[in-house]
Amino acid sequence: MEPTNKVLMINYEKCTGCRLCELVCAVKHDGKSNPVRSRIKVMKWEHEGLYIPMSCQQCQDAPCINGCPVNAISRNEELGRVEVNYEICIGCRTCVSVCPFGAMNFNHIDRKVIKCDLCDGDPQCVRFCEVKALEYVDSTDVSIVKKQEAALRLSVAGKKATALQAE
Amino acid sequence: MALDRKIAYINLTTGEIKTSSIPLEVRKKFIGGRGLDAYLLFNHTKKGCDPLGPDNALIISGGLLTATCASATARSHFMAKSPLTGLLGSANMGGFFAPELAWAGFHHLVIKGKAKKPVYLYINNGEIEIRDAENIWGKTTTETQWAIRDELNDQEVKSCVIGPAGENLVRFANIMTGIKNAAGRTGMGCVMGSKNLKAVAARGTMDINIAHPVEAFEYNKRFIDQITSAKVNQTQGTLGTPFIWGATNSWGGVRTRNFQYNQCEYADDIEPERIDEICEETMGPYHMSGCFACQVHCRAQYKIPSGPFAGKYDEGPEYTSQGAFGGEPDCKSAETVLVGNHLVDQFGMDNLETGSIISWAMELFELGILTRKDTDGLDLSFGNDEALLEMVERICYRKGFLGDTLADGGIQASEKIGKKSFDYLIQVKGMNNLHSDERATPALALNIATASRGSDHLRSRPAIDLYHLPEKVLRKIYSNPIPYDGPLSSEHTEYIGKSWQVFWQENCYMAVDCLGICKYHTMFLGATLPNFEDWPKVIYYNTGIEMTPEEIWDVAVRCNTIERLFNIREGLTRNDLKKGDTLNHRYFDEPCRRGAPDVIGKTIDREKFEIMIDEFYKYKGLDKNGVPKPETLKKQGLKNEPSHMV
Repeated sequence: MEPTNKVLMINYEKCTGCRLCELVCAVKHDGKSNPVRSRIKVMKWEHEGLYIPMSCQQCQDAPCINGCPVNAISRNEELGRVEVNYEICIGCRTCVSVCPFGAMNFNHIDRKVIKCDLCDGDPQCVRFCEVKALEYVDSTDVSIVKKQEAALRLSVAGKKATALQAE
Repeated sequence: MALDRKIAYINLTTGEIKTSSIPLEVRKKFIGGRGLDAYLLFNHTKKGCDPLGPDNALIISGGLLTATCASATARSHFMAKSPLTGLLGSANMGGFFAPELAWAGFHHLVIKGKAKKPVYLYINNGEIEIRDAENIWGKTTTETQWAIRDELNDQEVKSCVIGPAGENLVRFANIMTGIKNAAGRTGMGCVMGSKNLKAVAARGTMDINIAHPVEAFEYNKRFIDQITSAKVNQTQGTLGTPFIWGATNSWGGVRTRNFQYNQCEYADDIEPERIDEICEETMGPYHMSGCFACQVHCRAQYKIPSGPFAGKYDEGPEYTSQGAFGGEPDCKSAETVLVGNHLVDQFGMDNLETGSIISWAMELFELGILTRKDTDGLDLSFGNDEALLEMVERICYRKGFLGDTLADGGIQASEKIGKKSFDYLIQVKGMNNLHSDERATPALALNIATASRGSDHLRSRPAIDLYHLPEKVLRKIYSNPIPYDGPLSSEHTEYIGKSWQVFWQENCYMAVDCLGICKYHTMFLGATLPNFEDWPKVIYYNTGIEMTPEEIWDVAVRCNTIERLFNIREGLTRNDLKKGDTLNHRYFDEPCRRGAPDVIGKTIDREKFEIMIDEFYKYKGLDKNGVPKPETLKKQGLKNEPSHMV
C-alpha cells in the first residue's frame, strides 16, 4: 500500500457542537456509548457558541513517539497515522502528558491509552458529520483551502481599509 | 445497557435517597421518558396535592434511547402537577443534560419534599449528593450552570437549572440547560423553586452498552440520512424554527395584538434573515448549534447588536419568540425579539407564556380593564417595546401589582383583575396558546383543545395537515400501524377525518417522548420522517427489546391514557373553560380578519368542533365526558392504577 497523505481536517467554524462524532467514535471502537471512549472530543465555550473538535494530528515528529519509554508508539505511513502497540505499551501515560493537543486519552475503564486511528482509513466521525466540520482530505488540499480562505479575508479586509481611507 | 439505568427517589425534606432498577415488564408497558414519567407521577402523587407543596413529585428523565447509538436522543423530560394549570405539568427539552444523566446511571429522578434551604443535586456515576446552593441562589440560568461547574471543578458537568423566575415562584417558570434549551411549559421551574431546588447537575462516564453495536451503528446512519434528506430539516438547519414564520403568516396563521388579527403586516422585519443582517457585526457569519448527536442543528446563534444588552450571546430566537415578543404584543423590531428572548432565557421563564400573557394585558389595557394605576404608570399599549421588556422583568421579580399578578398565570390573574378579563385570555386548561391562530384549521384547533398539558402544539398537532398532501399520502401515513379506513381530507379548513389525525399524532409524539427522541425526527413538520415502522429496529439494535410497531403504538396509547387519568383525577371536565377540552369563545365567535381567501372570515364551527371531540374521545376509548371507560382501562392493562410497580 502507498503511503497516504490524507489528514483529518477540522473546520471548527462549521461545528455545531452536537458531539455525534464522539458518540460514533466510541460505539465504532468499543461498541459502547460513553464519551470517555471517544478518541475525538468537542471542546466548548458555550457562553459564546464556540465549539472546537480536537483529535490526534498524527504528527510527523510526534512527541508521544519520542516520549514513549518502551517504543510502543510508531508511525504507520501507509495509513498516515501514529499508532500504539498495546502488546508493548506499559500504560505509563507519558504520551498523555507530552501530547501538545491533549489528543492522547486515557480510558480509565479499560485502563489504557486511546487515540485516533483514523478508523483504518475511513474515519467514521467524518462519515457522520453532515456539516463537514470534519473532513478527511489530502494534506495538500488542506493548505490550498486555507490559502483560499485567508486570501478572501485579506481581500475583504483590503476593501474595508480602502473604504475607511476614502471616508 | 440502557436497560440497567435506574430510577432514583429523592426526598428533599428528609434527605433520603433510594434507587431502584426498572423491571423489563415496566419498560414494555411504558418504555421510558415521558410515558414512564406519567406513570410515576400518577403513582407518586395523591389527588388534589398542592403543586407547590412538598407532596408534589417532580420527575426528571431521559428516554429509553437517550445516549444510545440513535439519532437525536438528547431530550430530557420533566413532569409534575402544574402550578400553572393544576393539571398535568409536562415539559421537554434538548441539549446535553439527559445523555449526561444516563451516563451517570439514571433514567428517572423522582424528587419529592422540600429542602430547608436552597440546594442542588449532584449526580455522578451512580452517586447522588444533595449540596448547598445558597451561593448560587439568585443567579441567572447560565450563571448558575457555570458556577456549579466551577464549584465542582469539572467543566463537563451538565445541569438543568432554574433562574430567578423559578425562585420567585413565577407559575410559568421553566427549567433550562445550556444557553437556551428550555423545558418551557406548565411551570416546571416553579415546582423546582418550591422545593428550594436550584439545579440538578449530572456527570457520568458509565458505559451504555449497545445491544447490537454494528447494526445500531449502520442503522443510525440510515436514520440520519433519512432525517437530513428532508427539505424541512435542511431549512430548519439553516434558519431554525423561524423558517415557518413567513409561510404561516402569509396564509393568516399568526395571531397579533393578542387575538385581534391573524396576520402581522411587518413579518419581514422579524424574519431570521433580518436577524442575521442586524447581528452580522456582532456574531459574524451565520451559525447554528445542535443538541446531542443531532444533525438537524436548529438552534441559531446570535449576539445582541445594540442597546443595554449589546454583545450578549444567546441562541434562537425560536418561532415562538417571534410571536411572543413580536406579533402578539405588536412589537415590530427584531432587536426587541432578540432582547426579549435573552431575558426569558436568563430569567428562566417560558417565552410563550410570558409574551402571550403580556399581550393579553396589553389588550386589557387598550380596553380600559387595566389602567395606568394597575401598571404603576407604565404605558402598556400594543407596540410599546420598552413596556413589553419592562413587564418581562416585572413578572420575573414579581414587581408591582401587575408583575406580581401576571406571574401567577392567566387564570389566577384574570380572577384578580376581574371585569371580563378572562374572556380575552387565549388559553386552554390554564395554559396560554402559541401565537398560532387555529380558527381556519380545525385539526389544529382540536389539537390545542385536547392536548394533555393545556394549549399546546407539541402534543398532537398534525402540522402536515397544512401541506395539502394528497389523500393517498395521508392514508399511507395515518393507517399505520393501526388500520384506519375512515375519511381523510387534504383540505386544512375541513373537519372531516381530523380527529383521527390528532389521535394518531398524539400517539406518535408520545412514542418519541418515551424514546427520548426529538420531534423534528418524526412526523411533525415533515411527512417523510421516521415513525412507528422505523422504531422497532432502533429499539432492538440499541437495547435488545423486541417490539412491533403495533406494540409501540399500544404503549403510546396507554401512556396517553395515564396522562388522561391524572387530569381527570385533578378535575378535568369536558366543557370547563378553565380545565376542559375546549377553546376560548373567540375561536367560535370572532372571524379571522386577514390572510388567504379561504381563511378570511373563518371561525371554528361549534357544532362540528363538538363532533370532532366526540370522535376523538371515541378513538381514545373515553366516554362522552372524556373519562376513560372501564373496558378501555382493562384493554390497556390499566384497571388497577395506581399499581405501584415502580
